[in-house]
Amino acid sequence: MRLGHGERSAIPVVLFLLAGFAAPLIAVIWFSFMPPRSFSFGGAPTLENYRTIFESSSYISFLWSLGLAFIAVVVLALICYPVAYGLVRVFGRWATLLTLLFTIPLFVSENIRLYGWVLFFIKNGVLLGTLKSMFGWQLESILFTLPAIIFGMVYVYLPFMLFPMTLGISMVPNETRDAAFDLGASRWQVFTEVELPLSMPGITIGFLLTFVLAVGAIAEAKVLGGQQVIPISHDIEIAFTYAQNWPLGAALSVLLMLVVGVLVILALRRFDLDKFLGRR
Amino acid sequence: MMQSLPILSLKSVRKMFGPHAAVDSIDLDIAEGEFFTIVGPSGSGKTTMLRMLAGMDTPTSGDILLRGERINDLPANKRPTCMVFQSLALFPHRTVGQNIEFPLKIRGETPESRKARALQLIDLLRLPQSYYGKNVLKCSGGERQRVALARALAYDPQILFFDEPLSAIDYKLRKTLEKELKDIHRETKKTFVYITHSLEEAMVMSDRIGVMRAGKLVQVGSPHEIYSAPNTRFVSEFVGDVNVVPVSLAKDGLLHVAETGARLKPPAIPPGFTQGHLVIRPEFLRFLANAGEADNAMAGRVYNEYVLGSRIQYQVRVGRNVFAVEKLRQQAFKGKLDDDVTIGWDAGDAILVTD
Repeated sequence: MRLGHGERSAIPVVLFLLAGFAAPLIAVIWFSFMPPRSFSFGGAPTLENYRTIFESSSYISFLWSLGLAFIAVVVLALICYPVAYGLVRVFGRWATLLTLLFTIPLFVSENIRLYGWVLFFIKNGVLLGTLKSMFGWQLESILFTLPAIIFGMVYVYLPFMLFPMTLGISMVPNETRDAAFDLGASRWQVFTEVELPLSMPGITIGFLLTFVLAVGAIAEAKVLGGQQVIPISHDIEIAFTYAQNWPLGAALSVLLMLVVGVLVILALRRFDLDKFLGRR
Repeated sequence: MMQSLPILSLKSVRKMFGPHAAVDSIDLDIAEGEFFTIVGPSGSGKTTMLRMLAGMDTPTSGDILLRGERINDLPANKRPTCMVFQSLALFPHRTVGQNIEFPLKIRGETPESRKARALQLIDLLRLPQSYYGKNVLKCSGGERQRVALARALAYDPQILFFDEPLSAIDYKLRKTLEKELKDIHRETKKTFVYITHSLEEAMVMSDRIGVMRAGKLVQVGSPHEIYSAPNTRFVSEFVGDVNVVPVSLAKDGLLHVAETGARLKPPAIPPGFTQGHLVIRPEFLRFLANAGEADNAMAGRVYNEYVLGSRIQYQVRVGRNVFAVEKLRQQAFKGKLDDDVTIGWDAGDAILVTD
C-alpha cells in the first residue's frame, strides 16, 4: 500500500497520539481486567475487580461525583451566561480575548488557590474574623460543608464555562438580533427566538467541558469539603496509592469514563452541532 | 405627485456622531407606493439615515413623520416598517418556512394560517414550494435574497427598507434580482425605500432617486432627471464615465477653457453661472468628418478603445486631456488606434454645473 503525501505527513501526529493518548488509555483498560492487587500486565484477565465494585458501595461516590458536577454546571451556567452576555454586548469582538484574562488564575496551582479559600472561609479567617472584629458577629463557617465544595468547583471551573459561552454569544450576528427586533419581536422574544438558540453551540461546549472536568474533581472535596463527601476520583486515588490495588483503581476509572462518555454522547445526540452549523 | 399626505416625511433630520454630522439636516417627502432610492458613496450617511427611518437609531434633531405622526422615538419593533439587511440577517437555525413565518409567529398567528401565508409568499417570490422545509443555509445567494424579502413582506409593513441587499451578489444575478424587486414592488404596491452605492442599480428600479454626499441630499429627482440634468459635478460623475471640462463664462457669452484657451458654445446657462464645469456624456460626443458638423469641435488622437458589450468606448487624447467617446457597435469608429480625429458635440447636449 502506498501512502499519499497527506497520509505520510500525518504519521508523526498519529504516532504521537498513539503513544501519548491511546496507549495509556489501553493500559488502564487492560489493567482493569488484571487480578486484584497485581502489578503486571501479564496476569490472566478476570472480571474480579468489576465484581468487587458492583458489590461495594462505590456507587455512592459515583453519585456524589455526578451530582456535584451537575450542580456545579447549573450554577456555572447561571453565573456565566449573564457575564458572557454582558461582555459581548459591551466589548464586542474583544470579549473573547477578555475572557482569557479569567484564565490567569490557572497559572497558580489549584491546591494553592483552594487553600487560599480555606484561609478566607475558616473560623476566625479573613471573612469571619473581619466580621467578628468589626461587627461582633459570630457566624458558623461554611468550610467543610457541601456548599463550600460547590463554591470551590464553581470557582475553579468558571473559565471553562465562560470562554465557550462568550464565544457562543459573540457568534450571534448583530444584524440577526436587529432583524428579529425589526420584525416585531420584544426583547425577550429576541432572546428566546434568536440569541439563545444561536449561542447554543457555545453553551453546550461549556456544559460538556465543565461537566467532564467537574466529575473528575477531587481537590475541592478534600480541601474545602474536609472529606465530608467522598467523590469517585478520591476512591480511585485511594485504590492506586493507599490500597495499592491498581487493577481496582483502573476498573473504577474505566467505569467513570463509561458513565461520562455515555452522558456526553447522549447530550451530543440531543444537540447536533453539525446540523446547527449547517453542515448537514 | 405630492398632493396627498406623504407616507414618510423627514424634517431637518440630523444625526451627530461626536462633532461629525453623519446625516445633516435632511428634508424629504416620500410618497405612498413610491420606490425611492438613496444613492451615495460609502460614508455618505445613507445607512445611518435608513437606520433612523427603520427605528434602529434616533435622530439627534429634526423629526421623522409617518403619515404625519412623529415616530422619532418609536422603537423598530413597534414601527409598521421592515428592513431587508445587507447581510440579509436570516435566522440560520430555522428553515425557509420558519424564517418567513417569524413575524407571524411573533404576532401569535396559528401555525395553519402562518404556513398558508408563507407558501403564498414563497410563490410570490418565485421559489419552489418544496423550499418551505429547507435549511436556509442550504439556499443559494439569490434564494436567500428572496427568503429575506418574503420574511419582510410577511410582516406586512407599510414601508419596506432595503440596505444594499444586492451588493454582495454577482453581476448577472443582481441584474435579474433588480428587475424582480421592481416587479414585486408593482405587485405589492408597497412603499420601498432602498439604499445603494450604485446609481446604475438605482436607475433600473426607482421612481425617484436621492443622491447623498457627506450627510446631505444633493439632488432628488426621477432617474431621467438625475441622468440628464445632474445639478452638480458629483452627481454627474456618479452615473458613470463623463467628460468634465472646467470652464468660465466669458463676456461674449461663450465658455472659456482656461487650460487650452478654447471657446465653446454653451448649453442653457444656469442663472448666476460664472464658472464651473461643462459635463459631456460620452454618448453625446461624435467623430466628425469636418469641424463644422457640430457646435463644438476639438482635434485629438485615438488612444485606446474598450468594448462594453453593445457599445464601444474610445479614449481620445486632446492636448493633455483624455475624452471618452462612446458609440453603439453599429456606429463604431472606422479608423485605427493613433488616428488623428476631430470630435465634437452640440451645445445643447452638454450640461453646466457649478459645483
